[in-house]
Amino acid sequence: MEEKQSISEDSDPHSPLIELAWFSLVSSCIKILLIPSYRSTDFEVHRNWLAITHSLSLPNWYFDTTSPWTLDYPPFFAYFEFFLSLFASLIDPIIVELQEGLNYEANSVVFFQRMTVIVSDFFLHYAIYQITRKLDPEKRRFIWVLVIWSPALLIVDHMHFQYNGLLLGLLIMSISALEEGKDLLGGFIFAILLCFKHLFAVAAPVYFVYLLRHYCCGGLVRGFWRILTMGTVVMAVFAVAFGPFLYHGQIQQVIHRMFPFGRGLCHAYWAPNFWVFYILFDKILAFLLRKVGFKTQRAGASFTGGLVGDSSPFSVLPQITPLVTFTMVLLTMLPCLFKAWKDPQPRKIIRWIAYAYTCGFVFGWHVHEKASLHFVIPLAIVSMNDGNEASHYFMLSTVSCYSLFPLLFEAREYPVRVLLLLLHSILMWYGFSSRFSGPVVLSASKPSRKRNAESTSERTWATVSEDSRFGIGWIGMSYLLGLVVVEIWGQFLHPLFLKDKLPFLPLLLISVYCAMGVFCSWIWQLTWIIMSP
Amino acid sequence: MAFELLFTASYSHPILSTSTAVIVRQQSSYRPLGLTTSMVLPFKQVLQATTALFNSQVLNLQLINLSFNRFFPWPHRKVSSILKFIRYVRLIDRLCQLVTFGGGKKRDRWSRKEYGDFEAQRHWMEITINLSATEWYRNSTSNDLSYWGLDYPPLTAYQSYIHGQLLKLFLPESVSLFTSRGHESYLGKLLMRWTVLSSDSLVFFPAVLYFIVVYIRLSNRRINIAWLIAMVLLNPCLIIIDHGHFQYNCISLGLTVGAIAAILSNRELVACALFCFALNHKQMSAYFAPAFFCHLLGRCLRCRNPFLEVSKLGLVVLGTFLILWWPYLHSTEAFLGVLSRLAPFERGIYEDYVANFWCTTSVLFKWRKLFTVQSLKLLSLSATLLTSLPSMVQQLRAPSNLGFLYALVNSSFSFYLFSFQVHEKSILLPLLPSSLLALEEPLIFGWLNHFAMLSMFPLLCRDKLSLAYISLLALFTLLYFAPGGRQDPRKTRHPSTLRLFIMAVLVLSSLVLHVIYLTMHPPKRYPFLFEAIIMLLCFSQFALLAVYTNTKQWTLSKKSTWMDKEKKQL
Repeated sequence: MEEKQSISEDSDPHSPLIELAWFSLVSSCIKILLIPSYRSTDFEVHRNWLAITHSLSLPNWYFDTTSPWTLDYPPFFAYFEFFLSLFASLIDPIIVELQEGLNYEANSVVFFQRMTVIVSDFFLHYAIYQITRKLDPEKRRFIWVLVIWSPALLIVDHMHFQYNGLLLGLLIMSISALEEGKDLLGGFIFAILLCFKHLFAVAAPVYFVYLLRHYCCGGLVRGFWRILTMGTVVMAVFAVAFGPFLYHGQIQQVIHRMFPFGRGLCHAYWAPNFWVFYILFDKILAFLLRKVGFKTQRAGASFTGGLVGDSSPFSVLPQITPLVTFTMVLLTMLPCLFKAWKDPQPRKIIRWIAYAYTCGFVFGWHVHEKASLHFVIPLAIVSMNDGNEASHYFMLSTVSCYSLFPLLFEAREYPVRVLLLLLHSILMWYGFSSRFSGPVVLSASKPSRKRNAESTSERTWATVSEDSRFGIGWIGMSYLLGLVVVEIWGQFLHPLFLKDKLPFLPLLLISVYCAMGVFCSWIWQLTWIIMSP
Repeated sequence: MAFELLFTASYSHPILSTSTAVIVRQQSSYRPLGLTTSMVLPFKQVLQATTALFNSQVLNLQLINLSFNRFFPWPHRKVSSILKFIRYVRLIDRLCQLVTFGGGKKRDRWSRKEYGDFEAQRHWMEITINLSATEWYRNSTSNDLSYWGLDYPPLTAYQSYIHGQLLKLFLPESVSLFTSRGHESYLGKLLMRWTVLSSDSLVFFPAVLYFIVVYIRLSNRRINIAWLIAMVLLNPCLIIIDHGHFQYNCISLGLTVGAIAAILSNRELVACALFCFALNHKQMSAYFAPAFFCHLLGRCLRCRNPFLEVSKLGLVVLGTFLILWWPYLHSTEAFLGVLSRLAPFERGIYEDYVANFWCTTSVLFKWRKLFTVQSLKLLSLSATLLTSLPSMVQQLRAPSNLGFLYALVNSSFSFYLFSFQVHEKSILLPLLPSSLLALEEPLIFGWLNHFAMLSMFPLLCRDKLSLAYISLLALFTLLYFAPGGRQDPRKTRHPSTLRLFIMAVLVLSSLVLHVIYLTMHPPKRYPFLFEAIIMLLCFSQFALLAVYTNTKQWTLSKKSTWMDKEKKQL
């Protein structure tokens, strides 16, 4: 009821912080309603980490194998779990019991863990406020709608169960600092983020090049001094994170846990990336060769079997090793590294980082479909710049959210996930089209934008030309219609016609179809980066 | 319409608010975890921890106190006052421990009630698809009426039949005769939930949209339609009762909304038919009957040929009833058999702790002991009619659109407050017309909604829906006070400080009641103390609101209002 009073009091001048509170509280209400919904094994993973960090001493954290869900995140995340476990033990001591707590599913643990995610999301909300606080109100609110009410975050964090909100909050904080020219702070926060979840390291080359050119410049002495400062700060963060393990001489074990290369090229469910095409091409080629009469190595159903395989047996095409994927990611990232080297502009850093994550997603090793959040959420912040951006973001966000559908496979969540995506798409369509099409809206919102551009010298947004309107064209429209067809096939027609045959065909279809969308988005981002002055 | 505030998009667009409503409905239909003992435990734990801390500090402080006394005599008073404070805190803790936390054993009384509405609805599906229509209301070897016998009018039976067929298609064992009793499989529950969700979106949503269309046409000023839609569709009481507790109120209420919209658009015959449908889905819709009756009669009396108009309406009503009751009209015995099922007088004048007149005053007068059931029936009937009389007379004398909406609130209020055998859930009925009036009376609507939720709180706690309750209430409050949500051109006058203060106190006390109800045990002598306090608070608010809406309806007739001005132009 406090929000009741606060909002009613200041309902006229609309203080941005109160608006932010309104947005995040509305989303929290929805999240609370989602507490009893489906949760994946990640829930038990995080509960087990609570137990490990609480009941074992620090040197044993990375050695414990009581549960198959061993600790495989960097130390800061372990510290974070330790912090949470202090409260968990107050609420229900069984949560943090290593043995008794295994697969513990009482109301208390569900409630507690879900609430920690909901509360940690406020960090993301604040970060979004930080980065958008200088934009004009209309734009700002819409970005909030895109991020705070993001269905993808709801699905991954609040149903599937993860702490992406907190991590993305850190990422956006760091980007916000970079955009404002506080390079040291940006690097510092990014170092912290890396010690929370090392998967974010994909953007490290961009950070490295950008900071080297933007921060460590201006003469030999000054540049060297700044390199030293930055290096010290980053090393200090890493020392705090890894120091205790270094002290106990366990650094090898920690690294081993963090990088399990034993896993296959693709996750259980194929993330919609380049390797889906590769595998599919291999399958088709093998099939054709067999028809012609060549003898090929039978690959078996290891890709479609839904298991986390440890090898990637291709029958025709060359095998893919982690090193290959690593090189490919770096190679595809080169254009943006080159741009960052040549002209490190703060206002472009967000695209470069998003592009780096896109490269990591499209060409990476053992990519999770959830990783698409890493670039979809940051791109939301620049989606309101012009009509083309908006069109691109509309497609990307829809596709990436749709690609998360297989995470929630239970019938109970079906209406929720469909309606969440529909609501999100309608909201985006409505918001983008009211801003980027129709002369009335354009002329009405022009003065405010100009005023804003003057007030923020740092951020000179490209002014919207009249012809860059929001619209996805007939190609985009037919692609989205195809999405509907894929969904209808997977949900209704497949069980009707094929019964139990080819059980993974619907998933395969979703992967391939979404991979096309993500690939297009990657190309779009690449051209944007190359073409931008 | 220029939408300057994009962020209100969540509900500044009808489609959006509608789909939000669907999402919220589906989510609340999870039958979420309640705030059970284990969840209240944290408070206890924290308290114990702080106590331990305090205890250790007390020891320390006593030592310090001694040393202080020895060396510096003057701060002695200060330290001892701190000690006093700490003792006070410990006393509170003792008290808390005395009443003990959690609600484990307290609600055992309710487990006696087997299953509840969910099983009732499922059982009706089982009965209707396996027996012939004439058997539905008759006690027989295959239809044991004492086990959740069908006691709603025929339309509910038909609806159960349709839904039963659907369930049979996907999960035959969930509706097979006899063997399916108490069936609660995952798929069975899910399908049942989806029948409510679908009937909500097929009946209630279109009816509300119809009402909104008519409303826009009638009001010539700029109004925020989307806010109104959000208020009507995201009404937490309806959502939590239909999709949490499990009932099909959305159908009868949707039909009523349709009838109201038809009346506002001057289609009296359609309105009659729709209202008869509503009446035949749940007899509770009769709460609105006086308003409908008097408004339509008043309209007819003002026509050139009143008799013709009345007989037209009468024919429609008769025809609708004839169609719906067709299977039971072949003999008087069958007809009376159904009728007797619909009026369960044996249950007594009130149930549990409903915030109406009889239950509240029973604290002072033991109505059940003072009077026989017969005289109580008569008493409640006359009280109901007497209290609804003013609004009826007003509608007869000067039927107006706005007045009709107020009359609906008033007649349903007088039924809720004074009629025989009222259930907590019946507060949905006064809530519906007041939600339609949300743009006219935002304060009344918000207030009524808050206390309606509170009045159902004990019931919902029994259903373990407290988590959904909290989030739905918070969501509603947020939407109600959304920045830029209710752009009313007529600047509502600021309430005086005194009124604001009283309101704040009432809201605060209701919130405190929530917390107390969740966390504490009542004293042994008065096991239902908290329910009684909630009931008293809610009753006082409902009675005040009823008085207000009655006077409002009467003062309306003096000055012509926007809706009727428009009508004259038409």
